[in-house]
Amino acid sequence: MDAHIQVKNLNVYYGKQQALKDVNIEIPKNQITVIMGPSGCGKTTLLKTFNRFLELSDGTQLTGEVLVDGQNIYGREVDVTEVRKVVGLLAQRPSPLPMSIYDNVAYGMHIHKMKKDRKEYKDAVRHYLEIAGLWEEVHKRLHDPATSLSIGQQQRLCLARGLAVEPVIILGDEPTSALDPISSQNIESRLLDLKQQYTTVIVTHTLRQAKRLADYVIYMYLGEVIEAAPAHEVFTNPQHERTKQYLEGLF
Amino acid sequence: MGFLMKKHWQRRHLMEAFMKFIMRVSLVIVAGALGLILWIVIVRGLPALSWAMVTKIPEGGYYMGKGGGILNAILGSLYLASGGTLLAMIFSVPIAMYLKTYLGDSKWGHYVRLSLDVLWGIPSIVYGAFGFTLMIALGMRASLLAGIVILALIELPIMTRAMDEVIRRMPVDLEHAALALGSTKFEVALRVVTRQMLPGITTAILLGLGRGIGDAASVLFTAGYTDRIPTSLMRPTASLPLAVFFQLGSPYPEVQQRGYAAALILTIIVLVVSLGSRWLSARLNKYTIK
Repeated sequence: MDAHIQVKNLNVYYGKQQALKDVNIEIPKNQITVIMGPSGCGKTTLLKTFNRFLELSDGTQLTGEVLVDGQNIYGREVDVTEVRKVVGLLAQRPSPLPMSIYDNVAYGMHIHKMKKDRKEYKDAVRHYLEIAGLWEEVHKRLHDPATSLSIGQQQRLCLARGLAVEPVIILGDEPTSALDPISSQNIESRLLDLKQQYTTVIVTHTLRQAKRLADYVIYMYLGEVIEAAPAHEVFTNPQHERTKQYLEGLF
Repeated sequence: MGFLMKKHWQRRHLMEAFMKFIMRVSLVIVAGALGLILWIVIVRGLPALSWAMVTKIPEGGYYMGKGGGILNAILGSLYLASGGTLLAMIFSVPIAMYLKTYLGDSKWGHYVRLSLDVLWGIPSIVYGAFGFTLMIALGMRASLLAGIVILALIELPIMTRAMDEVIRRMPVDLEHAALALGSTKFEVALRVVTRQMLPGITTAILLGLGRGIGDAASVLFTAGYTDRIPTSLMRPTASLPLAVFFQLGSPYPEVQQRGYAAALILTIIVLVVSLGSRWLSARLNKYTIK
């Protein structure tokens, strides 16, 4: 397996409580990896270790390593803003920035000074809005506030905004749980389209979504990784009793 | 009779009708009071309002009905209020930030907010007396500077608490969204937080300015009154509320009428400031996340 993210001996504590217990996994490149498990099992915690979002909350402690392309993102010399540029995040609820639709997409490129002139920014904004499947709907009102969009459109805007800083990994923290079925489907098909170019890691609590998206599955329970294997293996022939029970809907 | 029709007046229907009535009466009282104030100020003040009123300082015998205007008070009030607002801003922004960042909802945060609320409620004459005592202790005389400092003290709690409320309503998700794109914390503060909070902060500042420009009692003690336009911070200065007060107290009818004209000018200034702030915050509000 061509591993893009490697997690080595990862332990996470919230205060005295241990949220992740000795996690050792590898996440394949340019595939969709789905992290599943019952609530409170540490799915989101694991995801947050990949873009160093865990350190935003007080009292969290982390030991072990997370390597992206062989580099430990928790290393001494690492610039956290670079980590977050390379590892994009699609949050549970879309939260557009307090600016226009255009500026939402241009924001990330601006802070990283990624383009030379206005025209390049304009072209890039259009490009990423097209990738997110939003261009047709918004090209006539690019300077309207982002909040004038529907929730589903806002989530696609957040996708465009995230892709605009040219990440190599996309994280999704239950990215469709706040959306209506059609918008969810829309986001899902975007993610499927994008997986050739991006390594995607999605946390979800809906089994059906996991089955639709996953190439690789990580099943977690009480802070431990119980099973991590290609999707067809996990779904057809789970190796562990717990995974089997979960897939059968016993809890 | 259809089954959806009201069968009889139940207690809860009566209650609703009664409450609606009370609210409408309150609205009429408030709107009526505002209307009446404007009406009196306009009817009595407009005839005396002239070009000389706003372009000249009082000439000899002005307070007995001779020529001149109240430019000294108009400029004095603008100096006092803008100086006070600026000074209050310099202190209230960091206090509000500190409240949010370090004190939060802790015990000390609670105490600081309580003290600010108490300060907000203290009558301005008390501030004036406090300023006066302080000035005597320091050997200072009534001056523009003292007036500005006291107005800043009056405006400070208003601005700080108004900003505090704005900052507290800042959505956490927004900061995270910007951080997730690889922003530094400074970029988040400068490009995202400021944009989100600017309308609220503008409103807070104008709230302070509105209070400052209309205050009479505090400047009476600290800034004094003079017929001249202040040329230095250490000189006393006139102000519009006091110009109204002194002229209305005069036995001469034409001077009294000029008092109403001065009140009209002050009302117009306040109106312009508040309409301007409405317009500004509506513009700034366009992109904020509600």
